[in-house]
Amino acid sequence: MERIPIVTLGESLFVTIQVDIDDRLATTLQDDLMERIVATGARGVLIDISSMEVVDSFMGRMFAGIASMSRILDAEVVVIGMRPVVAITLVELGLSMPGVRTALNVERGMALLDQALTARLNSVGVDGELADGDDAPG
Amino acid sequence: MARPPASAGKGLAAPVTSATPQLNGGSRSLLASLLSERRKQVLDAWVRAMDRKLESRSGQTSEADVRAECTALLDALELAVAGDLSTDVKSVEYAGVTQLVNALSKDRARQGYSPTETAIAVFSLKDALLGVLEEACADQPELLVSEIKSMNALVDDLGLQTFEAYMAGREEVIVSQQQSMLALSTPVVKLWDGIVALPLIGTLDSERTQTVMENLLVAIVDTESQVAIIDITGVVTVDTSVAQNLLKTVAATRLMGADCIISGIRPQIAQTMVFLGVELGDVVTKATLADAFRVALRMVGANLATAGSRQ
Repeated sequence: MERIPIVTLGESLFVTIQVDIDDRLATTLQDDLMERIVATGARGVLIDISSMEVVDSFMGRMFAGIASMSRILDAEVVVIGMRPVVAITLVELGLSMPGVRTALNVERGMALLDQALTARLNSVGVDGELADGDDAPG
Repeated sequence: MARPPASAGKGLAAPVTSATPQLNGGSRSLLASLLSERRKQVLDAWVRAMDRKLESRSGQTSEADVRAECTALLDALELAVAGDLSTDVKSVEYAGVTQLVNALSKDRARQGYSPTETAIAVFSLKDALLGVLEEACADQPELLVSEIKSMNALVDDLGLQTFEAYMAGREEVIVSQQQSMLALSTPVVKLWDGIVALPLIGTLDSERTQTVMENLLVAIVDTESQVAIIDITGVVTVDTSVAQNLLKTVAATRLMGADCIISGIRPQIAQTMVFLGVELGDVVTKATLADAFRVALRMVGANLATAGSRQ
């Protein structure tokens, strides 16, 4: 069965979607990704969709779903390299994916992820005392 | 557009030897003979009639130009009516005439003539031909009536053609203006490394939103920008649909991974927006482009000595 590879990159997972994916493949990706997040304890997920030219409402909802699920599993999701056409389509479909972080390219995506993780650590540090021991004050 | 003098037209015409027009001369109609015989007279009468009716426009087109136009039309008309006087201006014989009338009407439309003024150019020919016909058939009232009838029908048809061409000309003008407006209205400006601005002018309907959005998103990819500033100083009114379109653009920009700032909200517009209950959500808004630019610089982490000292 065809699968989309998920690569471990430090504390994060990196997914590049380079084929036109159908609904079944998308569901498989979602399952795989969740399992890998739990297995590796990943803190962030980068999804590169710069080769995707076609999206439908299902795909839009899937990205939003992945973002919400990952957040429950304590991982931040950044969608990278969305094409203008895709962005316009999603907006016209009424899917502006409010919970999903986006970035223009991989470099920016990783910077954004770092920033998000640092910010979260800091907020935990303020609320609870556990984080203080683990991490240097940011 | 130099035309041969009126007398040269005789060379083309069938042999009409006598000074008085040859009535019922075979296949040639009286109108055709008159057009070649009394070309100068018809032309003069036509131009005079036009001058009289279009006094307000005098000086806009030189008389020489008008004469040249009329001469060309008469030439074509003479060829057309030479065969038979079927008054169907859509037929092949009239192709030349129609073409000239079309060109003339479109020209007038572009120069800002009113439809009436354009039609007068053609309808004045009626006066001119009427005079000539009356003179030629003074002693044959029956022939005069039938000739006037067919001439009337012919000129009326040409007049209608004028209207149609005039409208087509106007339409062309409108379409080309629309296109140039669309092209003019959506420039995306790069302000800094990572910052683009989009000054919007005019109204923001859904069609323009589409163009604006496309241009902006492509510019963001091309310049690898992190921040886009949409300046709406030039937007006349902001109602719920305009706000909706703005929000769509902002959402699309965010999907691309860039932040969006809306600037240039005039006090009046701010009041209208609140009055209408327009919500811009969590979009960053600034009163002026300068304010938005300062925020954008901070967002991209630009380090400016002057900007720093001001804060």
